[in-house]
Amino acid sequence: MTSRTAALRRIWHRAGPILTILAVLLAVWYASAVALNAAWAKDKAKRADTVLTFSELVSDTMSQDKPLLPAPHQVAEEIYKTTVLKKVTSKRSLIWHGWITLSATLLGFAFGTALGMLLAVGIVYSRATDMSVMPWVITSQTIPILAVAPMIIVVLNAVGVSGLLPKAFISMYLSFFPVAVGMVKGLRAPDQMQLDQMRTWSATKATSFWKLRLPSSMPYLFASLKIGIAASLVGAIVGELPTGAVAGLGARLLAGSYYGQTIQIWSALICAAILAASLVALIGLIEKITLKRMGMLS
Amino acid sequence: MSEAVISAKDLSLTFETNDGPVHALKDINLDINKGDFVSFIGPSGCGKTTFLRCMADLETPTGGTITVNGMSAAEARMKRAYGYVFQAAGLYPWRTIGGNIRLPLEIMGFNKSEQSKRVTDVLELVELAGFEKKFPWQLSGGMQQRASIARALAFDADILLMDEPFGALDEIVRDHLNEQLLQLWARTEKTIGFVTHSIPEAVFLSTKIVVMSPRPGRIADVIESTLPRDRTLDIRESQEFADIAHRVREGLRAGHAYD
Repeated sequence: MTSRTAALRRIWHRAGPILTILAVLLAVWYASAVALNAAWAKDKAKRADTVLTFSELVSDTMSQDKPLLPAPHQVAEEIYKTTVLKKVTSKRSLIWHGWITLSATLLGFAFGTALGMLLAVGIVYSRATDMSVMPWVITSQTIPILAVAPMIIVVLNAVGVSGLLPKAFISMYLSFFPVAVGMVKGLRAPDQMQLDQMRTWSATKATSFWKLRLPSSMPYLFASLKIGIAASLVGAIVGELPTGAVAGLGARLLAGSYYGQTIQIWSALICAAILAASLVALIGLIEKITLKRMGMLS
Repeated sequence: MSEAVISAKDLSLTFETNDGPVHALKDINLDINKGDFVSFIGPSGCGKTTFLRCMADLETPTGGTITVNGMSAAEARMKRAYGYVFQAAGLYPWRTIGGNIRLPLEIMGFNKSEQSKRVTDVLELVELAGFEKKFPWQLSGGMQQRASIARALAFDADILLMDEPFGALDEIVRDHLNEQLLQLWARTEKTIGFVTHSIPEAVFLSTKIVVMSPRPGRIADVIESTLPRDRTLDIRESQEFADIAHRVREGLRAGHAYD
């Protein structure tokens, strides 16, 4: 019994602060919904020549079809209807759209991680690469992706590449950067003594890479992967915006804004946020397990 | 017993810095014979560590010559002529103690059964038998340093170079490790180069004490110890020990170590 209360207390210790902030956010959200949607409700009442009481006003602001800001429970209801109540193969299912975005995210993330690691190895082992490539790696991230994404989609479409790959390409573009920068730092993490030690054993560069540099870089890699996967998701959604609103969470956002379906926009947004949080949490879990097994958890 | 395994002739090393050249080593002449236990002592900046690093081909001298086992230092390094123990144990946290000792053996291409045999042997040598499967964080600082010595011994180099290996440990642990190191030296008949800044440690361990002084880094005195090779901690109470320690101190004073 005491161990169970202790466990509960531990969970509360972790979840308490997060839940508190969540409660505050929900309260702010509700208050904002009332404030923002009140004008429309009053307008409607004026045209019907009635005067709303305060409680009527509040209940109206939370049940409009196309509110300026939908209330949290409206979004939750919409998410429930479009996930649980719809078949996953339906084009109105958020799970179906979510999967389309997720698959592009994961593919782009895999490409981006591979590219980032390759660049990092090149930068760490070759001064020429360090001097020539590194500035371009940084410059690449100063280009607004929102402006470039439609061009990438259109150009790739013109040469016959469509569907998953163009979106994955944009995800890769956003996710290779944190991995490259993190891995450069990680591969340079071994101190002079450890490198000297390898030298006393006449180890080759390849040997010190596999036995020393790569294992030493793991904490840096995981920190980068967490940023990289969130960036990948943003990339995939941005990549879906100019595709003529066919499929994916990005398409849901765009379609929602075309038709003023604010509830649909917000439910797609919340789903994207939940997806991103789950992906980051998943990598965090793998990180914890790996670093614990490597004795590197500080 | 008098062939020189390490021989330095007019060895110099100058670092070019923004404030002008720094003479880390200047005209060093020294022979280290097979089976010797040689300590290098002096204030910081006297070049004792730099000298050891020259033997290990971790620094490249700018003048003179140094030979190790009759070869250049670089060739000796490639032939894995020495084991090097650094100030910090530098064990990899993701490898067990056994795994850490196996590391140089893997790099040098020993086969699996030979690796296991050697790991068991050297762990016994440093009195860490039974700790093979433990991780570094499960061991005390002194035990970690013993494991790092085991790692340097594992591939059976004739020469052991040690750069202040016990510098970060407390005196009680240090005394114990010094005694163990002497036993290990007696059993393995290795030639040992040992950098320290502790006078009692240098006198207790060495057959030859090289006193160095800074600016430029040079040898102030070479003291051949008259103590028997087989010694215990009690010897530190003897008059002979005090006399040698006194001479080391004189050498340090002559080299302006106390200025």
